[in-house]
Amino acid sequence: MSANATSSDRLARFALSPARRRKDRFARAGVLAATAIALVPLALIVYYLLRKGLGAWSTSFFTTDPTGNTFFGGSSIGGIKSAILGTIEIVALASAIAVPIGIGVAVWLVEYGKSSWFAQTVRFFVDVLTGVPSIVFGLFVYIVLVVGTGSTYAGYKGSIALALLMLPVVIRSAEVILLLVPAALRESALALGAPRWRVIFNIVLPTALPGMVTGVLLAVARAAGETAPLLFTADATLKTNFNLGGFMNSLPVQIYKDVTSPTTAVVNRAWGAALTLVVMILLLNLVARLISRRSRLA
Amino acid sequence: MTPDGSTSEVTDVDPESRSELDRQEQGLNGPGTEPAARRVTGPTIAAAPTKADARVEAKPGLGVKLEGLRAFYGQAEQVKGLDLEFRANEVTAIIGPSGCGKSTMVRCINRMHEEIPGARAEGRVLLDDLNVYDPAVDVVAVRRAVGMVFQKPNPFPTMSIFDNVAAGLRLSSRGRGDMRGKVETALRGAGLWSEVAERLDEPGAGLSGGQQQRLCIARSLAVDPEVILMDEPCSALDPVATLKIEELIDELKRRVTIVIVTHNMQQAARVADRTAFMLDGELVEIGATQEIFTNPSDSRTEEYVTGKFG
Amino acid sequence: MEAASLPGGDRGILSRSPLARLPDRALKYGLTALAALILALIVYFFVRLVGQARPAFAKEGVFGFVFGNDWNVSAEHFGALPLLLGTLITSALALLIGVPVAVATAIYATELCPLRLRAPLTVLVELLAAVPSVVYGLWGIFFLAPKLQGSEQWVADRLSFIPFIGGGLVTIPNYFITGLVLAIMILPIVSAISREVMSTVPADHKEAALGLGATRWEMIRIAVLPYCRSGIVGGAMLGLGRAIGETIAVTILIGDAPKLGDHLFAQGYSLAAVIANEFGEAQGVHRSALFAAGLVLFVLTLLVNGAARLLVLRAARGTSSAAGKQTSGPTTLLADATAGA
Repeated sequence: MSANATSSDRLARFALSPARRRKDRFARAGVLAATAIALVPLALIVYYLLRKGLGAWSTSFFTTDPTGNTFFGGSSIGGIKSAILGTIEIVALASAIAVPIGIGVAVWLVEYGKSSWFAQTVRFFVDVLTGVPSIVFGLFVYIVLVVGTGSTYAGYKGSIALALLMLPVVIRSAEVILLLVPAALRESALALGAPRWRVIFNIVLPTALPGMVTGVLLAVARAAGETAPLLFTADATLKTNFNLGGFMNSLPVQIYKDVTSPTTAVVNRAWGAALTLVVMILLLNLVARLISRRSRLA
Repeated sequence: MTPDGSTSEVTDVDPESRSELDRQEQGLNGPGTEPAARRVTGPTIAAAPTKADARVEAKPGLGVKLEGLRAFYGQAEQVKGLDLEFRANEVTAIIGPSGCGKSTMVRCINRMHEEIPGARAEGRVLLDDLNVYDPAVDVVAVRRAVGMVFQKPNPFPTMSIFDNVAAGLRLSSRGRGDMRGKVETALRGAGLWSEVAERLDEPGAGLSGGQQQRLCIARSLAVDPEVILMDEPCSALDPVATLKIEELIDELKRRVTIVIVTHNMQQAARVADRTAFMLDGELVEIGATQEIFTNPSDSRTEEYVTGKFG
Repeated sequence: MEAASLPGGDRGILSRSPLARLPDRALKYGLTALAALILALIVYFFVRLVGQARPAFAKEGVFGFVFGNDWNVSAEHFGALPLLLGTLITSALALLIGVPVAVATAIYATELCPLRLRAPLTVLVELLAAVPSVVYGLWGIFFLAPKLQGSEQWVADRLSFIPFIGGGLVTIPNYFITGLVLAIMILPIVSAISREVMSTVPADHKEAALGLGATRWEMIRIAVLPYCRSGIVGGAMLGLGRAIGETIAVTILIGDAPKLGDHLFAQGYSLAAVIANEFGEAQGVHRSALFAAGLVLFVLTLLVNGAARLLVLRAARGTSSAAGKQTSGPTTLLADATAGA
């Protein structure tokens, strides 16, 4: 502190001790450093994905099926066409299942159930579902659909497992958005004499749509990246097929299988597939964010 | 001026700073100019118990002087060149309509104004003769020397009563000696000791509004500041609690210089030695409280004080 | 817009015909049934899972299964303790490494960061959640593990006097690297929840601390962190739940040693990994044992997530009274959107 003697003396007792100043600087530097450290893995992953993944990309990469040949390199190993298409098919079906059911339950929770004990129970169970490890969903579906019926893996069974995974996410995000629809909006429609179902379909849902689409896209992005639920429900083919009743390949499973291969070319293909998958997921996230910005609610 | 009637308690204060007061006390300014309004703080409901508690050791205080203070929120100038003096060991009230810049001005004194993103201040704020805005001065030290009591009582919710008062002390190693003693002194100074002595470990947030505010005052007192700024400290409190705090202020000025922002003119009349009237970011008038309310120089002051606007 | 239909016969003027009320009824009961279905489904799955696991429990006894220390497929002896410990060790590591970093990011983003950087920083941290777990496994095993092997060996040698941490040969898949990658995976969720709780600290309390003459860090220490404590702990527990349930990255990175690894840098196994690895060819009691492992995993995540949600919800509710909005939604939404295995 500067200035003249008398006030300095008098006010010196308030001065910030060097120790405190040091602690403050140190702590703030530490927090900044930790934040920087948190971002390092992201940079490394992006770098590695690009470096190794781009190298594997080629036209044949996207247009040929994997051949299952894991010992020789070069073109004999094939591309990932069936994996990409399989992921799209399986996730599309999963969404077709999870989205209507999820939104339906969310609508019920907000419009009908509200805070009744039954609704609270449902919310609790949805919470429970959120925490279930994805591999357990695979087990569930396996028990019911594979063991139970004596049949084998199939694409649609994988979809059901993924749908179970998506369900709590869709329900939760839809519920949040629906709660944000102003009560006044509902009330004015009801006051005009509209029946409940019209209010929901013509007023509430359209207003909530962008927000719900965001939530759905995020759920889809998550499901697209899941491997474990597919391991014992959909697995076991390399060929492209459009029959969800049969075996189906998928990107995460393909990557997983290739990871353990001793052949470099196969591992490189895994990187290429990983890059493809991450790009797909990032695109979904991006679209979700853009749509949420247009939402008038949140 | 206290209900005890004695003015002896103010004898240790620099005589010059209370000459105005004395004059009025002794009716030297003419008949009818005694600060009759201030005698309202006579024997009141809970006066006796708090009076016994609220004892602070008198100490000559420091005055604050604002020179050409301007405060900005981004581009908007809220305080437009203020020259103002707060005399040591006195209570100065700042009155004025909403938005006139009183809170902003006060927050410049302890440099809290700059905590708001985009806010800045120019000019000098002199604590004694040290410019608080001098680049060599540490803002943390300023805030320790100039305490603040906020509009809404804000004791730290996760801390006990004891910890709340000790919070400021614990920040500095210099402050740590005899923690219990210092906490007790601070609580006595805030007139809260008798009410909480048995329950210092209970959460601070469990007290009533008035008690919480006195807790905040104790918290500020504990670090022994030279000045205490009060930004509408009673606006969230009921009349009984308000009265208790006003009595407190009367005691506290023996040790610290007090600046109190208030919307309530009667409050200013009750507690303040001098009152400043601000309008639109500027100082309109400052003078002895009695003068401002009964015989203001500026017509705008008169209009405000008589309720024509505000 | 449907208007009140006109009276017919002896119905009142303003009543609607049963036909007109049908869509409303259908919707209400239909959706109620849907909600009930969800409940029923979960209970049903749980019951079936227990059913499938029963043979293994019958063979080993519940305690014997959970705490038996030997997972020996060929001898048909299934003690899940090495798996359970593997799950717990890697998850604990993930917490130890991940939570402080996540909380630090949250502190930086809410209190110290220049305003313009706040949004980009948040987006970047959230991006970590967009990476699927199989890619984490891939990156971990081919990039991170080899890169760190040298340093891990150095640490193991230096700390050889500490049992379980030092003194062994570092393999590429090991507990430590698994825990490290898990830490990176739980970073976004813990950070997001911490950030959200911290941003709800009332300015009042922060000003009170600053007004007392606290430095910025001191203000964070006495006004922000204590206020957010239960929210942050809740977030950490949600991260824990995620780490426990994580399958694929762990399977790739932990190795597949059916017994407890000797030290931190050795191979091990986890509940989820054993299911992923062995399910394909498992038969009979082995298969049942895997279901049992799944059950243990399920119950574990249930407990952790249940406790976590209680904490997060309580923290959110406590701070939402001023906002007047139902905040249990956004906070748990954050958790949902980024949780998973």
